[in-house]
Amino acid sequence: MSQAFRTARGGSVERWSPVRFTFDGKEMGGFSGDTLASALLANGVHLVGRSFKYHRPRGILTAGTEEPNALVRVTRAGGRETPNLRATQVELYDGLRAESQNNYPSLAFDLGGVAGLARRLLPAGFYYKTFMPSLGAWHRVFEPAIRRAAGLGFVPGRADPDHYANRYAYCDVLVVGGGPAGLAAARVAASSGARVILCDEQTRFGGSLLADTDARIEGLQAVDWVDDVLRDLRGSDRVTVLPRTTAFGYFADNFLALAERCADHLADPDPVQPRERLWQVRAKEVVLATGAIERPLVFAGNDRPGIMLADAARIYLNRYGVRAGSTAMVLTTHDSGYRAALDLQASGVRIVVIADARPGADAAWVERARAAGIRVALGTVAEGTAGYLRVHTVRTRHVETGRIETHSADLVMVAGGWTPSVHLFSQSRGRLRFDAALGCHVPDVSAQCERSAGGCRGVFHLAAVLQDGQQAGEMAARAAGASVQAGRRIQVTAAPGMTGSSVPPGDGPYAFVDFQNDVTVNDISLAVREGFRGVEHVKRYTTVGMATDQGKLSNINTLGVIARETGRSVAELGLTSFRQPYTPVTFGTLAGMSRGDLFDPLRITPMHALAAADGAVFEDVGSWRRALYFPRRGENRAAAVARECRTVRASVGIFDGSTLGKIEVTGRDAAEFLDRIYVNALRNLPVGKCRYAIMLTEAGFVMDDGIVARLSENKFHVTTTTGGAARVLGHMEDYRQTEWAALDVWLTSVTEQWAVIAVQGPRAREVLAPLMDVVGLPHMGVRDGIMRGVPTRLLRVSFTGELGYEVNIPADYAAATWTLLRDAAIAQGGCTYGTEAMHVLRAEKGFVIVGQETDGTVTPGDLGFSALGQAKRDFIGKRSLSLPDMREAERLQLVGLLPDRALEEGAQITAQPAPPAGTKALGHVTSAYYSPTLERPIALAVLADGRARHGEHLFVPMPDGAIPVRVVAPAFVDPEGKRLDG
Amino acid sequence: MLLIACPYCGERPEIEFRQMGEAHITRPADPASVSDEMWTEFLYFRSNPKGSHAERWRHVQGCGRFFNARRDTVTDRFSAIYRVDEAP
Repeated sequence: MSQAFRTARGGSVERWSPVRFTFDGKEMGGFSGDTLASALLANGVHLVGRSFKYHRPRGILTAGTEEPNALVRVTRAGGRETPNLRATQVELYDGLRAESQNNYPSLAFDLGGVAGLARRLLPAGFYYKTFMPSLGAWHRVFEPAIRRAAGLGFVPGRADPDHYANRYAYCDVLVVGGGPAGLAAARVAASSGARVILCDEQTRFGGSLLADTDARIEGLQAVDWVDDVLRDLRGSDRVTVLPRTTAFGYFADNFLALAERCADHLADPDPVQPRERLWQVRAKEVVLATGAIERPLVFAGNDRPGIMLADAARIYLNRYGVRAGSTAMVLTTHDSGYRAALDLQASGVRIVVIADARPGADAAWVERARAAGIRVALGTVAEGTAGYLRVHTVRTRHVETGRIETHSADLVMVAGGWTPSVHLFSQSRGRLRFDAALGCHVPDVSAQCERSAGGCRGVFHLAAVLQDGQQAGEMAARAAGASVQAGRRIQVTAAPGMTGSSVPPGDGPYAFVDFQNDVTVNDISLAVREGFRGVEHVKRYTTVGMATDQGKLSNINTLGVIARETGRSVAELGLTSFRQPYTPVTFGTLAGMSRGDLFDPLRITPMHALAAADGAVFEDVGSWRRALYFPRRGENRAAAVARECRTVRASVGIFDGSTLGKIEVTGRDAAEFLDRIYVNALRNLPVGKCRYAIMLTEAGFVMDDGIVARLSENKFHVTTTTGGAARVLGHMEDYRQTEWAALDVWLTSVTEQWAVIAVQGPRAREVLAPLMDVVGLPHMGVRDGIMRGVPTRLLRVSFTGELGYEVNIPADYAAATWTLLRDAAIAQGGCTYGTEAMHVLRAEKGFVIVGQETDGTVTPGDLGFSALGQAKRDFIGKRSLSLPDMREAERLQLVGLLPDRALEEGAQITAQPAPPAGTKALGHVTSAYYSPTLERPIALAVLADGRARHGEHLFVPMPDGAIPVRVVAPAFVDPEGKRLDG
Repeated sequence: MLLIACPYCGERPEIEFRQMGEAHITRPADPASVSDEMWTEFLYFRSNPKGSHAERWRHVQGCGRFFNARRDTVTDRFSAIYRVDEAP
């Protein structure tokens, strides 16, 4: 095809720059500056898709982002594939490949559309009616079939190869929309010296001016005036001009999200450049100049290819030099239908008739049309249409006489009036008002520092729009603190004003209200008859306005139908909420850089690389990655863990404990503070000593545990669990700042400053002694010292039950120290061990892990620490421990279990091997391991009244039979603690 | 996204802050002398107004300080922001 519908001249496409593209594999030609839609129309292609539910043939309805039908898939090199792009927004480039969607086997012959079979099967609310009683059938039969038949494009099969950028920006005035109002606003705001951002969703700025061939502004053709203003704006370093940028969300405190499309319009994008960029803009003041969208008319068969919004046909002609048909007619309730007819007729399209539903239209426009030789039929509405893949006839009816006429046309231009784009205003929580004269909702009361200008607040005549924009720009700049000279009135000559009136929607089969979701007048009427009267309910029941176009075309017509069916006025009905995003946004844009390694940053210890070099297998613990075990050649996990455990008990093991949270607590009242925070008595902890300490929530439940070490009178080193570090510091800060602000105490997180190497086992002393002074350091002692010239904080503590030290060294020296201690340990017959062996060794001793044995409902008494803190008058959580529920004998208490075979953590414990359904469990397994020391499985559990049950035989029912267990004290190895001194 | 005026740092975006529950719930000076009923009231009972609400906030990704604020739970608008040691 050879662009048979391209005009000889006119429009702003770059006729010197031809491009080739394919649609459904067929090659065609267009020009730079075309959209895919304008190029298809230039080649006479109207049929571009199949509808959502009924698979009706559909054509290009609009020329903008409101397009409901022309959704295509665009594929690019490198596996790039984007479904559901609006052809009206896809910029043409050489080699573009686009395909239609939702058809089988082909666009022209689609099985789903045969005889409209689907219509009777899919009435309003069909999901609820058909599938609620039979969920099984839904999953097996209906859902797969409907998923095949309905829906839009397919999710691309491969990972997105592109990258996306993110930017925060601040400005005095953000102007959304670069049409006449937005340009006038941005110009005057910029002239005041305010920092201005101007964005427009299109490639070219100018909005309606790009299709305006009549207007002259300040002595210039409209398009030249646009270039003039833009040149000035771009010349200012205080103005940021963003084309191809959609403001899609308006959030609290003038925070707006903008999606900039950087690369999709290029044949061969630079791989260094992002594909899209998310702008998060905080603006002091916002001017919304988002324009208005023409409404389609509702009548039987209003969806056939070739039926198009009148202004869209005018845009294709004036902006792209494309005639959307050869023989056209107009169906209208608004004067804009006349303007489109006149423009198209002047270009050589034959206008058969303007059928105006209004009995009395604006005499001046009627006169203009008749003077141009166009027949005008007033008081005339559409009855129905014919033409399967393209409209060829329209039947009209004279309302008064009932006379039916049939007109032949391959282009039907419909003009149902204009709907202001109030989406962003509404998202900003501004209140709308229904303007009966205009027949649409307009902004009423602002909720934020924002103002609307031009079409989006129902101001339509160009002279008024420019004035309105300029005024809004002045007000915004002034409100942002700039001093503004009142702008001169912008001189305009433009087409005369246009008006319209709302006309009740038509009826009959296939009278579509929502094209994208295939919702007809009958669907909405049915919903109302079935009792859905509120707009929100009708919306949910029929899905009207819920597709990707978010009701841009259908909102007002939906209200018209509901109003008619319920006998209420449109004003009474209200409006459904406008939600972000204004138009669809890719997940890539929202994710930005937060992908792959940057999605959830990983924390590693200073010894990580050394552990990896030693062949460690790692596990993720919260945001940390820790060495789980260090397998030797031929060892599986169980064998490696067993060897590591036995080595620690027999000689010595070294372990990377750097992930422990560490807080330095200083100040005159540090001891008093810790005494109040922890259950344990810490006020009198001697300098140079450590204590295992438990922290509760105020509700009395164990929150964290760790070691509190007193370094000097007013200085403590406190450790927390790996996962609890931030929570514990926040908890302490809360009490320090709010409840006990008078205490002199300071908290410093030193988690990252100190690396920790645990040296555990009977030969631990031999490993450390050559390197630092350990003589005379008792169990639970702490000492600051020097190891090979490096300041070291040495704690003698044991989480294994063996003689143990925890060596704290500055993180920068951690790797070197690790190597030193590792080699020394190996020389003593020792080894490195990981978190799994650490878990087994502590479980053999019955040491709890907060978050494993505890779950936020466990008291110190439940863990066997009933005596702890009894002598203290108060500490956080103490009062709660004496509440009745906390003292109950039936509480779950920590016990050990000796099972016949391995248990699963989380398994329930019962008195009978096969309890009847509904039996309450006595407790559950919290930790279960194979103990290499005892050479048998062991477990820790919480059990109702557990301490009184030592010696009892209970059961852990499992799918393959109950496992008998014997309840014992939670200490399997060295319960007397004889091994702590090596 | 809300702008919240930290009394120490000035206006910062909402994501830097954490809401920490209702403000002006004072821990009894001597918990041991408080009845079970009063203690559970202190622990668990909070007002949940539609409208103005006194709240604790923390500039957790900034200065780390706790402060108090009065926020309308319907409009999200802050009517007052004050330091812990200041009167509401």
